[in-house]
Amino acid sequence: MTDKTQSWTRKDLLGLRELSAEEIHFVLETADAFKQVGTREVKKVPALQGKTLVNLFIEPSTRTRISFELAAKRLSADIVNITAAASSLTKGETLKDTARVLEANHADIIVLRHRSAGAPEFLASRIGASVINAGDGAHEHPTQGLLDLYTIREKKGGFAGLHVAIIGDILFSRVARSNIFALLKMGARVTLVGPTTLVPRVFEQMGVTVSHRLEEVLPTADVVNLLRIQHERQRKEYFPGLGEYIRLFGLTKARGKLLKPDCLIMHPGPINRGVEIDSELADGAQSVILDQVTNGLAVRMAVLFLCASVVKQ
Amino acid sequence: MNTCIRNGRIIDPANGRDEVGDLWIIDGRIGDGSEIRSASGADESKINEIDAKGLIVSPGLIDIHVHFREPGFGWKETIESGARAAAAGGFTTVVCMPNTSPVADSPSTIAWIKDRAAEMAKVRVLPTGAISKNLAGEELAPIGSLAQAGIVAITDDGKCIQNNELMRRAVEYARMVGVPVLDHCQDYDLVANGVVHEGYWSTLLGLPGWPAAGEEAIVARNVLLAESCDHHIHCQHISAAGSVRLLREARARGIKISGEVCPHHIALTDESIQNFDTNFKMNPPLRSQRDIDALLEGIADGTLDILASDHAPHAGFEKEVEFDAAPFGIIGLETELALFLDLLVHQQKTIGLSRLIEMLTVTPAKLLGLKSGTLSLGEAADITLINPNLEWTVDANTFQSASRNTPFDGWKLKGRAVRTIVAGETVWQLG
Repeated sequence: MTDKTQSWTRKDLLGLRELSAEEIHFVLETADAFKQVGTREVKKVPALQGKTLVNLFIEPSTRTRISFELAAKRLSADIVNITAAASSLTKGETLKDTARVLEANHADIIVLRHRSAGAPEFLASRIGASVINAGDGAHEHPTQGLLDLYTIREKKGGFAGLHVAIIGDILFSRVARSNIFALLKMGARVTLVGPTTLVPRVFEQMGVTVSHRLEEVLPTADVVNLLRIQHERQRKEYFPGLGEYIRLFGLTKARGKLLKPDCLIMHPGPINRGVEIDSELADGAQSVILDQVTNGLAVRMAVLFLCASVVKQ
Repeated sequence: MNTCIRNGRIIDPANGRDEVGDLWIIDGRIGDGSEIRSASGADESKINEIDAKGLIVSPGLIDIHVHFREPGFGWKETIESGARAAAAGGFTTVVCMPNTSPVADSPSTIAWIKDRAAEMAKVRVLPTGAISKNLAGEELAPIGSLAQAGIVAITDDGKCIQNNELMRRAVEYARMVGVPVLDHCQDYDLVANGVVHEGYWSTLLGLPGWPAAGEEAIVARNVLLAESCDHHIHCQHISAAGSVRLLREARARGIKISGEVCPHHIALTDESIQNFDTNFKMNPPLRSQRDIDALLEGIADGTLDILASDHAPHAGFEKEVEFDAAPFGIIGLETELALFLDLLVHQQKTIGLSRLIEMLTVTPAKLLGLKSGTLSLGEAADITLINPNLEWTVDANTFQSASRNTPFDGWKLKGRAVRTIVAGETVWQLG
């Protein structure tokens, strides 16, 4: 597999906007090999043996952190988890100093989750270790975007001509941005759906279609990607309440009937059952939500492996 | 010792003068040479000659918007280092903002600043006072007492009074005291936690947006209050096209309102933020090309008639953090004149040299009721010699300012001040 890494020259994965279609394709292909590892009796390979990975999660996360931790363990890396509450950042240490301390401890890979857009870029330009963006503010969540693409590719065979609808809180969503950047590069058509306050028109300048009527979009969609409504931290200015949101934008059973039979239903989780998606649809035959989780592991193994290999050279 | 500045192009917009000639400095004041000729037994050899051939001889430049960080934040800039930066940029008078620690909202703090400036500063450093106590926007500062202590204007710069009733009373009160009101125009609800211009780039990068309407709403408020209170409100660092339109309409109706422009708002668009470099983070933020075009139009037609830097020093360790956590602001005194010369006069040809100098001298002087900004006979000899065609490269490491937070490091610019004279004494000269 090492000869393949010559097509990958990045020590960091900061976002999908900066990747070419070829690079995205290459990560997905690398993930194919790692997905196969997960089906073996012994699910572990020595690819990152002797490497140290730090999960630096300044903003709380469970599923992404666990996915990275499992991915690193399957690659035989040593892992340290740092959460915001336990880090020196609560004692006033700057992100730069925290990173320098990690580097002095010979960390090879830093997986960063941070509330501030651009924090991974900030870190990557200041340290030699690999920086993997595990979500920065409303900016990017590249491994989530890659695992979404991996899942679409796995089920649909490719991207050309596909119509992907991303539904919900686009304005504050890093998942949406990473998906938009990557899907457009791979030749898919993207429609964003949600209230005007959460899906402003300015998104059209990126090359997507903006719609505020879910019913008009569903019949032509090949994939619907439902984003979590973060009502617990949403300012009240953005929409009147969950009841109205469900009425206008919830993927209810009735609206589910508008979907093509082979339309994929995706969700990055955690799901608000009965809000953005009806419970039966989330568990139904069109749902690939758990495939996304499984694929996330393979994609993250691929990303860690590729970036760490570049640092080694 | 008396001085004669020989053969320069003397541009003195206040007196409608633009001609090649000699300018005399007699006992620290502007003269015409007759003083020397009439003095019996005058010794020509005691005259200090400055050859200004090819240079512009301008009234000393005035920047009405700087932050010198003292008292309280001396690690960013002191009155001494800030004044050196001003001198190196060609400025003989600067007006410093009251967001210090303590806030300049009491006569004793104003007295401290004036004492410090008298002791340490190479150029004239004029204090402003706060509009509201502690810049909290809740109750009036003792504006009358501040005026007696020597402020030239009131402002809550960095903050903006949201309570329209309080602002109204402040403007009325300032009219009695005789000081203009300078306002940083920002509606807190519309702007919320915004850090960059709300538009394509904020959306793409997922950075909280600072919408143009957040400035325009307060400019509109200020137009209404300037009219109803019949007193001057000066809108600081105008950045948005809509603000220019509001000011143009108001000024056409004779309302006492004005606006200022900073170099960065015409030199850079919000596209510059895409690498999350905090040296491109300032308040108000860099906006779109459409906004730049409107600012240039406003400068060309006189709607915007004052130029300033909003010189806002921050230490490297303060700026070297996550984008949304970094403080707003960049330094500007040592690149200001060059950027305006290069962009407005050389590149865009928005205005001519004489108008540029007017906007940097007599217009701000009039706003603040200062006698400076002219080369009138008998006035203090504050003079800036400018080489409008000198090509140079910005090197932040050579700055006099104590801070380095500039987005213009490495820029090649055309034109700069080569000598700065305050009360007849050369306080800075290009080495």
